[in-house]
Amino acid sequence: MTSRIEVTSSGSHWDTAAFKRRLRRRRAAEKRFKWYGIGAVLLGIFFVLMLFFSIAINGVGAFWQTQIQLDIYFDPTEISEANLYSANYGKLVKQAMYSQFPEVTKRKEKRQLSRMVSVGSDVMLQNLVTADPSIVGTTRSLWFPIDDSFDMLYKNDFGRNSNKGGAGLISKNQLGWFDTLVEQGKIESRFNKRYFTAGDSREPELAGLRGALMGSFFTILVTLAISFPVGVAAACYLEEFAPRNKFTDFIEININNLAAVPSVVFGLLGLAVFINFFGLPRSVPLVGGLVLSLMTIPTIIIAGRAALRAVPPSIREGALALGASKTQTVIQEVVPLAMPGMLTGTIIGIAQALGETAPLLMIGMVAFIVDVPGGPLDPSTVLPVQIFLWADSPERAFLEKTSGAILILLAFLIAMNIVAVIMRRRFERRW
Amino acid sequence: MFNQSSSLRVFLTVLAVMLASFSASTQAAERDYISIVGSSTVYPFATVVAERFGTSTQYKAPIIESTGSGGGLKLFCAGIGVSHPDVTNASRRIKQSEIDKCAENGINDIVEIKIGYDGIVLANSTSAKRMSLSRRDVFLALAKNIPNPDGSESLIQNPHITWKDVNSELPDIAIRVLGPPPTSGTRDAFAELALEAGCKTFDWLKAMRKTDKSQYKAICHGVREDGAWVEAGENDNLIVQKLNADPESLGVFGFSFLDQNSDLVQGSVIDGVEPEFENIANGSYKISRPLYFYVKTAHVDLIPGIKEYITEFTSDRAWGEDGYLVDKGMIPMSDEERNQFKTAGMELTTVRLASD
Repeated sequence: MTSRIEVTSSGSHWDTAAFKRRLRRRRAAEKRFKWYGIGAVLLGIFFVLMLFFSIAINGVGAFWQTQIQLDIYFDPTEISEANLYSANYGKLVKQAMYSQFPEVTKRKEKRQLSRMVSVGSDVMLQNLVTADPSIVGTTRSLWFPIDDSFDMLYKNDFGRNSNKGGAGLISKNQLGWFDTLVEQGKIESRFNKRYFTAGDSREPELAGLRGALMGSFFTILVTLAISFPVGVAAACYLEEFAPRNKFTDFIEININNLAAVPSVVFGLLGLAVFINFFGLPRSVPLVGGLVLSLMTIPTIIIAGRAALRAVPPSIREGALALGASKTQTVIQEVVPLAMPGMLTGTIIGIAQALGETAPLLMIGMVAFIVDVPGGPLDPSTVLPVQIFLWADSPERAFLEKTSGAILILLAFLIAMNIVAVIMRRRFERRW
Repeated sequence: MFNQSSSLRVFLTVLAVMLASFSASTQAAERDYISIVGSSTVYPFATVVAERFGTSTQYKAPIIESTGSGGGLKLFCAGIGVSHPDVTNASRRIKQSEIDKCAENGINDIVEIKIGYDGIVLANSTSAKRMSLSRRDVFLALAKNIPNPDGSESLIQNPHITWKDVNSELPDIAIRVLGPPPTSGTRDAFAELALEAGCKTFDWLKAMRKTDKSQYKAICHGVREDGAWVEAGENDNLIVQKLNADPESLGVFGFSFLDQNSDLVQGSVIDGVEPEFENIANGSYKISRPLYFYVKTAHVDLIPGIKEYITEFTSDRAWGEDGYLVDKGMIPMSDEERNQFKTAGMELTTVRLASD
């Protein structure tokens, strides 16, 4: 006690060495704490950038496809009015290929040569002829996708230097022919239109995302059509009409619980209720949308209630004072003011639903489906499922297709989140 | 402000119309495409056939779900009608218990079609030295409990740390094998064809099969849990990538992945035989298994295109020695077997398991 009085009396209490040390330590701690925060943010940014770059680097290749130029003679002796759909179009492609290398005569070598063009080429010719039968008898110079191992060879020297030559999938002969064709300018990397217009395929050079994109579109449409009205109605009732009692508390707790349930559980529920009980078909976007809307509804209710709560009571009281009924007040005044917040919640919920695979596994939407769906009752997959299926395929060329699909999915998610942010900025009203 | 009630009303009307149109079209219960479930090993082959079938016939391409052999048979046997699958793929033969389950649900006629073989390989990175193992080595390296090396008929916990400990001719590198999880058919087949075969080389264990079958199975199929065996997930591409990153480890996966990645990984020699196409086809490479698909006869008249799908699958251009399935890594059967199962498919012969 005495010593302390001495210190104060002998000059400033803030001048001692001990005090300065403490002060330094505190400032250092403050600075350190700030750097911890900055470090955490930088680490997060670093991981996000790494993810984006690694996917982008792998994925851009998917948007280009190596193609080969062939002069196809639409031989009238092969194609006639009667057999437009069953003519041997594969033979036309093969002949065009053989004519590039007349010196190849052995059967085995001819087979190797014809395998360099994609197996889907005959269907492409068939589509051309059936669309316009007048081209029979003419010669056209056309670009065909090349087989996936050669696509990989052209893009990143796939196994060229290994002793087996192209992972053992490309023979020395084929390598020679390929180099000759590249020198002649007959092989080029061109924009991969099929990637956006075709359905799934087991041949990487033919595989496209259209089936998955349409499937996602229909699924999300169903989800939106169900979850938005139900979610908004539930939020309105709970926030504006329901009395505060134990029962509504119980409902509120359960809505919050529902929002936290793992999504695969909804898939099991969907299988039991929609498919086994109501007898809806497997693998269709209608069921997928129903399951995903179960998942989205709690998100919309929670966001909707928060938005309604943010509307000041004076708006309601004003409307009621002017003689509006409770329903008129809610529908004409409160809900429109809360709508931006509700829509933001809806967009975030839908973006989440767009990226789901687990609940769809149970209801058969994780499947190999070639045909592009035309409506919510045609079997289909969705974008994340397509990514999952391609990632599991043995062919190396699917690696870049997978990354390309991830890029597209990310682009959709970012676009939806940006829309949500813009809506919040533009329409949000502060009181 | 948000352009309030008018835009809201338009939005709600559009949603209502969409809902109404959906509920109106829900009535269609007919199915005009084939629904296929089953093994993930057969999936890469069945999907190619389905795609070719879809483009070359007037029928729609079948829908294929990869559910695993057991899961597929369970769905398949659940009943008759458009809501149940028509075909199931399997990487093992159907069991009597499953045939009985099917019969309980009114499915008495099932057609069995064997389509070919799949080899299972133990591979390592091409930057490392190729391994040459016997199935006994594989068992001694990977089993949880192994016979006591002093020769007595007792078990000890697997003490081996490097391959050299297992067999002095093998390199002095730590045992680390990446393989599929127990839910995978590949794992079942690996346990049966590699581990159990190695296990049987000990006479007293072989004799145990007759006396205490469950104990025998536990010993011969039990895999180490001390880190030498690493469960690497169902994705075989991932195992290939991991092997490339760590040249000292080995991986277990299907032959078709080795075929597609032979610039990155090499298959180990098993019992002196390389895992190559010809060796698997003629049966000298021992770790290989047959692949099947099963068809519900009652659905042949119900769903259009099933017979044509069987025709496509059993055509020479598909499963023949130069067929497109072979390009995808499937090992074809002999001419004789192909003829036998083609006939079974055409005549829709009902499967009968020999009582063995």
